[in-house]
Amino acid sequence: MFITPAHAASGFEIDPMHQFEIQTLLPLQIGGIDISFTNSAAWMVIITLAAYIFLATAMRRSALVPGRLQSLAELSYEFVLNMVQQNAGKGSLPYFPFIYTLFLFILCANMFGMLPYAFTVTSHIAVTFAFAVFIFIGATIIGFVKHGVGFCQFFVPKGVPIFLLPLLVVIEIISYLTRPISLSVRLFANMMAGHAMLKVFAGFVGALGIIGGWLPLGFMVAFTGLEILIAFLQAYVFTILTCIYLHDALHMH
Amino acid sequence: MPQLDITTYASQLFWLVVCFGVLYVLLSRLALPRIATALEERRDRIADELDQAAQLKKQSEEVLAAYEASLAESRERAHALSQETRHKVQQEAEAQRQKIDAELREKVADAEARIKNSRTQAREQLQGISSELAGLILQQVAGTSIPQQQIDESVAKALKRRE
Repeated sequence: MFITPAHAASGFEIDPMHQFEIQTLLPLQIGGIDISFTNSAAWMVIITLAAYIFLATAMRRSALVPGRLQSLAELSYEFVLNMVQQNAGKGSLPYFPFIYTLFLFILCANMFGMLPYAFTVTSHIAVTFAFAVFIFIGATIIGFVKHGVGFCQFFVPKGVPIFLLPLLVVIEIISYLTRPISLSVRLFANMMAGHAMLKVFAGFVGALGIIGGWLPLGFMVAFTGLEILIAFLQAYVFTILTCIYLHDALHMH
Repeated sequence: MPQLDITTYASQLFWLVVCFGVLYVLLSRLALPRIATALEERRDRIADELDQAAQLKKQSEEVLAAYEASLAESRERAHALSQETRHKVQQEAEAQRQKIDAELREKVADAEARIKNSRTQAREQLQGISSELAGLILQQVAGTSIPQQQIDESVAKALKRRE
């Protein structure tokens, strides 16, 4: 998928977006809605299985002194637990399993996307936006259930002159409503841009051939390292922002 | 841009809900409780061992204190014993000294008595010789004789004066 074969006489054709195309593997329809099993779905299944098998294997023999895999599982558990406790505050523990699953799912999706020929599930706005909207609606519901109509005070900043209030309330509401957009676009854009860039440079390697291709190849190696960092970082950012939104819903400020 | 192809959204959302839902159920029901249990067990175990270690430390400190107490006690006893022994030895020595003293004093008294005796004897002999000598001198020089008894008395008198 990095290097596309030559097409006719045009030499190397660089199509960085080709890797994001969704291909139907198994056509499926329910009630006229197309829910075909695609390469994206296949990678979601792989992510789910890998994530579960990792944890199940790690905790198969839960030892007092943990082995490598168990240490890793416990490390991820405590990492997310600390994140939830520090950022979402009191009363956030019931949502920990969801946040842990979210972190693991996005992390696996991003990391598996780094494999050559793999499909990056999180490089699609439909997936990231679905996550973001679910979190946004969920957090808003939690806020209204916890505080009732009083949750509306969240949009009224304190210690502000009265004549500025209408303007600020509108700004607060808009910034609240744009949360799912910024949350989803951040993840999707990071994933897409990185992979597209890798693809472009891979195209250069092919185009410049054995003589000039070394420079873009070296850049690709370095950039792959950076992309792995970004894959982790974006999963972390997505999760921590979820915690912060949850904190807003639970404690308002 | 393949991401904007709306026809794929339904399939993506469907499979996302299925996969994420399954993963959520698996993790929240099976995997995460196991990790939580493992972590809790370890924390409990460590706390237990720390408790035990503290208890053992306390015990060892008690044993050490007892050891030191018994050491001090035996040292005191040894001191008392040596004091007593010294005292006894001193007393014995004193008694012996007094005994020897008494013996010596007796011997001295004995010797003095003997000396006194010898002196008396010697004086008596001296008196006998003197009076005999006096009788003889009187006979040879003056050509007279006085009854021996008289001479004896005079000599005795003269000797007495000299003493």
